[in-house]
Amino acid sequence: MSIQIERFEYDNKIVKQFAVATALWGAVGMLVGLIIALQLVYPILNFNLPYTTFGRLRPIHTNAVIFAFVGNGIFMGVYYSLQRLLKARMWSDKLSAIHFWGWQLIIVAAALTLAFGYTTGKEYAELEWPIDILITLIWVVFGLNMFMTIIKRRERHLYVAIWFYIATWVTVAMLHIVNSIEIPVSLFKSYSWYAGVQDALVQWWYGHNAVAFFLTTPYLGMMYYFIPKAANRPVYSYRLSIIHFWALIFLYIWAGPHHLLYTALPDWAQSLGVVFSIMLIAPSWGGMINGLLTLRGAWDRVREDVVLKFMVVAVTAYGMATFEGPMLSLKNVNAISHFTDWTIAHVHVGALGWNGFLTFGVLYWLIPRMWRTEIYSRKAANWHFWIGTLGILLYAVPMYWAGWMQSSMWKQFTPEGQLQYQILETVTAMKPFYAIRSVGGLLFLVGMFMMIWNLVKTAKTGNFLANEAAEAPALTRKVAIEGKEHWHRIIERKPIQMLVLALVVVALGGLIEMIPTFMVKSNIPTLEAVKPYTALELQGRDIYVREGCYTCHSQMVRPFRSETERYGEYSKAGEFVYDHPFQWGSKRTGPDLAREGSDKLRRMDSWHYNHMADPTSMSPGSIMPSYPWLFEDKIDYASTVPKLKAMVTLGVPYSNEYVVNGEAELKAQALLIYETLKLDEDKLLTGEEGLREDHEIIAMIAYLQRLGKDITSQPAQAAATSK
Amino acid sequence: MKFINYLTSISGVEVFPMISMLLFVAVFSYVLWSTFRESKEHINEQKNIPLN
Repeated sequence: MSIQIERFEYDNKIVKQFAVATALWGAVGMLVGLIIALQLVYPILNFNLPYTTFGRLRPIHTNAVIFAFVGNGIFMGVYYSLQRLLKARMWSDKLSAIHFWGWQLIIVAAALTLAFGYTTGKEYAELEWPIDILITLIWVVFGLNMFMTIIKRRERHLYVAIWFYIATWVTVAMLHIVNSIEIPVSLFKSYSWYAGVQDALVQWWYGHNAVAFFLTTPYLGMMYYFIPKAANRPVYSYRLSIIHFWALIFLYIWAGPHHLLYTALPDWAQSLGVVFSIMLIAPSWGGMINGLLTLRGAWDRVREDVVLKFMVVAVTAYGMATFEGPMLSLKNVNAISHFTDWTIAHVHVGALGWNGFLTFGVLYWLIPRMWRTEIYSRKAANWHFWIGTLGILLYAVPMYWAGWMQSSMWKQFTPEGQLQYQILETVTAMKPFYAIRSVGGLLFLVGMFMMIWNLVKTAKTGNFLANEAAEAPALTRKVAIEGKEHWHRIIERKPIQMLVLALVVVALGGLIEMIPTFMVKSNIPTLEAVKPYTALELQGRDIYVREGCYTCHSQMVRPFRSETERYGEYSKAGEFVYDHPFQWGSKRTGPDLAREGSDKLRRMDSWHYNHMADPTSMSPGSIMPSYPWLFEDKIDYASTVPKLKAMVTLGVPYSNEYVVNGEAELKAQALLIYETLKLDEDKLLTGEEGLREDHEIIAMIAYLQRLGKDITSQPAQAAATSK
Repeated sequence: MKFINYLTSISGVEVFPMISMLLFVAVFSYVLWSTFRESKEHINEQKNIPLN
């Protein structure tokens, strides 16, 4: 039987589109990052505008870098390598185009809605429900196109890179759907289906695995394709890559709870997160070693080849970040690092080093190939490499330093046993580090612009090949099997089985991790003293979420002497049962707010009023932005009843009467706050409209004054339970 | 009042972390064992897919 050779063409156009998008959005996302870094040094750069404050720009930065820069980078790498590894053109050009333009639409919609304050308030999952649905649809388009291409392939076995792509697709789909279950209140407002502890667990299961299955597994797939291509030699150990794959996807899915150490999350879940995080070192380093050893005997080429330079530093950064991650998940290390800038340093070693440099390496390799030319300026590319490396160092080192210092200052007691530093002192001490970090970020961004210039010039000197001709024998249906076949060999041929197996592996982890915490719901955690928010407080909370206050303020007092001394009683799981979404936060640039309204910390309404109008008026040296629009914009009365109704659907025990009279209840409480403020009117920093009871600031004050009040205002009961 | 107190009311809650650990050990050992049984020839063929 003669083997029939088939001729076909690889689609380079879609690769080009995603390559342009990753470079463009990368520059935008990093520029926003630089702006917010500078805002922490010069709060004036918040421009007193809602759209440009830190709390709204920070989610734009993280979403742009993760989903726009890395997202487009993934698709660039997948569309290029998948076609070649399968010896087939993408199944449908139309689906490729829908995927590309749909993804760009999501990015633009994300940037706009986040700037306008439409957010779910869950980190890296901030996008509101219509965009969540769009993401799901586009993800299905991508998956369909990928799986059909796999089915129509001309290469019998699926190379390891493709397994990573499959695992990415299925896990991201699962994470996105589970974490985005929310109840819409209006077109751009929804409440998370989960509350408090459960919401936190689901969120960090998602959040951690967004790192795992969006920033890591697809890039590992790219590593397994592009490093062998760039070095022109096969991967060091294919056996290791099989073990790497299964161990990595199995372990990663369990590690989420390490983001919630010392919080009100159940102990067993915390410990589980720690154990699996520590075990993760093995497959992660297995992958790193596999990547680096692929270059064994070719290290001299690394000196010459800028592509390999970027890739080597990327894989090294991956190794460092994946060693550091497990260390940070140890409870005693986490007690120091959590809520500080150490975490920021950690993620940027990953984002700038691993994702950034691997993307750059792939771009410098791909563009000349698709344009059939050489890199326009090797010198500029080498400069980019060194400037970028220096940028990463200047970013990370000050942040590590800042993190340690911040944590030490928070925990420092005087010999008399009192806290040595006011929280404000710990904030202003960070400024020099934030400034140096900005220089690091600036250098990285300059390198990015140099690359864009270089690649545009490269493209101009070359000639783009949109459809690359190729040929391969058609895949015969029958496989000749000699003896008993190995299970993995079967899996390697069968994409659907691979998909199902990957799903089973990751879903098992998610289920076992979450079931007990969800069972707990029926087993109390409601504390008698904890009551639902009033209508006004609920509106205030939504403003708190809208302004992204959680990007700088935690609401989680950990059981450390330094924290209970500073903030009061440590946080209990039962306090958050009405929090849709939870607002524990992950970073404490400013103080924790969980006990802001408690007897211990409570301040006058007028203090909050002035503090929001101009933070430095109450806290000289504060780096918090001003919120002048809260003194102009009116509370959205009309949304009150629908919001209360949505809360009832979610299980919050508002009486029917309260819901019906929601608006009147809200106005009555607003009036009380207004009257209290009125007593100090001459001292208030009122806006042009003066003091009014319908301004958003009134709702914000109501919410802040409520925080932590329920359990701390009943000392008798607290004492009784502690006995 | 630690959260663990609530969990004790769920019968057999301690089995969950145990299941996870056993599952992992079982799957991992199997992957390890079977990968090393793979023929060298097959491994080399796979390894070279990107370069062919």
